[in-house]
Amino acid sequence: MSATNVLFDAPGPRARRASLIGSVVSLAAIAAGAAWIIWILAAPRVSGGITLPGMFDASRWDILTDPQVWGFIGTGVAATLQAAAVAAAGAVALGVVLSLLRSSRLPWVRIPTAILLEFFRGMPVLLMMLFILLVASTGAFWAVVLALIVYNGTLIGEALRAGLAALPRGQREAALSLGMREFQSKLLVEFPQAFRQMLPIIVAQLVVLLKDTSLGYIVGYNEIIRSNMNNLASFFGNRYLFTLFVVTLVIYLTINLLLSWLARWLSWRTASGSGTVAAGADPGTADPTSAIRLVQAASTAHQPGTGTHL
Amino acid sequence: MTQLWSLMPEFWEGLRMTVLLLAVSGGLSLVLGTVITALRISPVPVLRWFAAIWTEVARNTPLTLVFFFTAFVLPMLGVRAPFLLLALVALTYYTSPFVAEALRSGINGVPVGQAEAARSIGLGFGQTVTLVVLPQAFRMTIPPLINVYIALTKNTSVAGGFFVVEMFATTRQLVNDNGNIVLPLLLVAAALYLVVTVPLGFAAVQLEKRWVVSR
Repeated sequence: MSATNVLFDAPGPRARRASLIGSVVSLAAIAAGAAWIIWILAAPRVSGGITLPGMFDASRWDILTDPQVWGFIGTGVAATLQAAAVAAAGAVALGVVLSLLRSSRLPWVRIPTAILLEFFRGMPVLLMMLFILLVASTGAFWAVVLALIVYNGTLIGEALRAGLAALPRGQREAALSLGMREFQSKLLVEFPQAFRQMLPIIVAQLVVLLKDTSLGYIVGYNEIIRSNMNNLASFFGNRYLFTLFVVTLVIYLTINLLLSWLARWLSWRTASGSGTVAAGADPGTADPTSAIRLVQAASTAHQPGTGTHL
Repeated sequence: MTQLWSLMPEFWEGLRMTVLLLAVSGGLSLVLGTVITALRISPVPVLRWFAAIWTEVARNTPLTLVFFFTAFVLPMLGVRAPFLLLALVALTYYTSPFVAEALRSGINGVPVGQAEAARSIGLGFGQTVTLVVLPQAFRMTIPPLINVYIALTKNTSVAGGFFVVEMFATTRQLVNDNGNIVLPLLLVAAALYLVVTVPLGFAAVQLEKRWVVSR
């Protein structure tokens, strides 16, 4: 129901006044909540008889003026982005291969791929990282990257396969009637369209991938959280823990929101582009029938929908 | 083999903790997600913005960072709570926007014509919503919700890195203690995760097939 106003008549003066009052009251409630949190944070802490300054005291933030600290933070950001970039390239490549194998006509290719996909999709990435770390003993960087490639590759492969299944059958038939082989039709006609349609979902999955590089914190890769929270916080002491947390949060939010906006922009561009089948990337804003079509495609292909993988 | 078999009680404890995390944070995030969805489609603009900001921030923060906040920053701020409770808070917060999005996409998936038809035969707002829109939205919502819970099952493993002894932490401990059977231990852990996730995925597929056809 993208247009909720279908549900009730256009608001009259009373309804508009009620909505205005509701707005003011809820704004006041939210502001009060925010003020309460800020007040709690700003209050000085007493621990073991010693009074420490509140969270917004300058003595808790002074390290941020030190360029060397920013140098350290920069190394952490670089490490995260490096792992994410390598893993993203690998995951897209693996996804392309898996989607082609999974939608193959040959049962001895299709079925083992399906089982493999099912296996990797149901496992936590963290367990995969531990697995690679211990069994292949590759070091933390490759443990993080390889696990992310395998996990996100299977999910991107699933999305691409659903995209292939959602294409109108006429595309394939037309290609075959032109004398193309099965594989030519798949690679030259069907796949480019599926990829274009699924691009927003793939970018959304890459946001997930970027977030999941933070699991490196647990397996010992020096990404942002580890380099900020473990290395810097233990060097400067607990006093700066909150400061460094806020810095890390802001960095992550900036990177991820930029990527999410890219995904949304792509989805908007694909949806409003030439007369291809509308992509079902963001059912919230896109044409509602596209979400249904995607679900139908997924269900005819005996697989869960590609919508949510966090 | 006997060595592996003798470790099964530990695995059982870990699995129980994972299922506990899944059940409790799943239930709580369903409640929180429903509230956010309600705010998201409410007629009051301020509440809609609040819900939108909440969703954007929560789904763009890495789960590890959320766990870091609950496990290290909150105690530093003076919150005294057991780590299990803090882990539940982190998982609930992180999962809630995904639940909200699943619910919202279900409501968005009902064609506008359905509500228009209901209105044109004289149903009021309450009747339109409860008799026409929500029953259809519900069946569109269950499969994506199940996918959210599958992801939640996998995400509970992050709690293992923050002092909650569930499957992942158990596995890591057992692997450290039994260096000679690393591979079998990891495979058992993977199998136990699949025991939870595969039936959920299967249920999602079945429900999706049945409900999409009958539409």
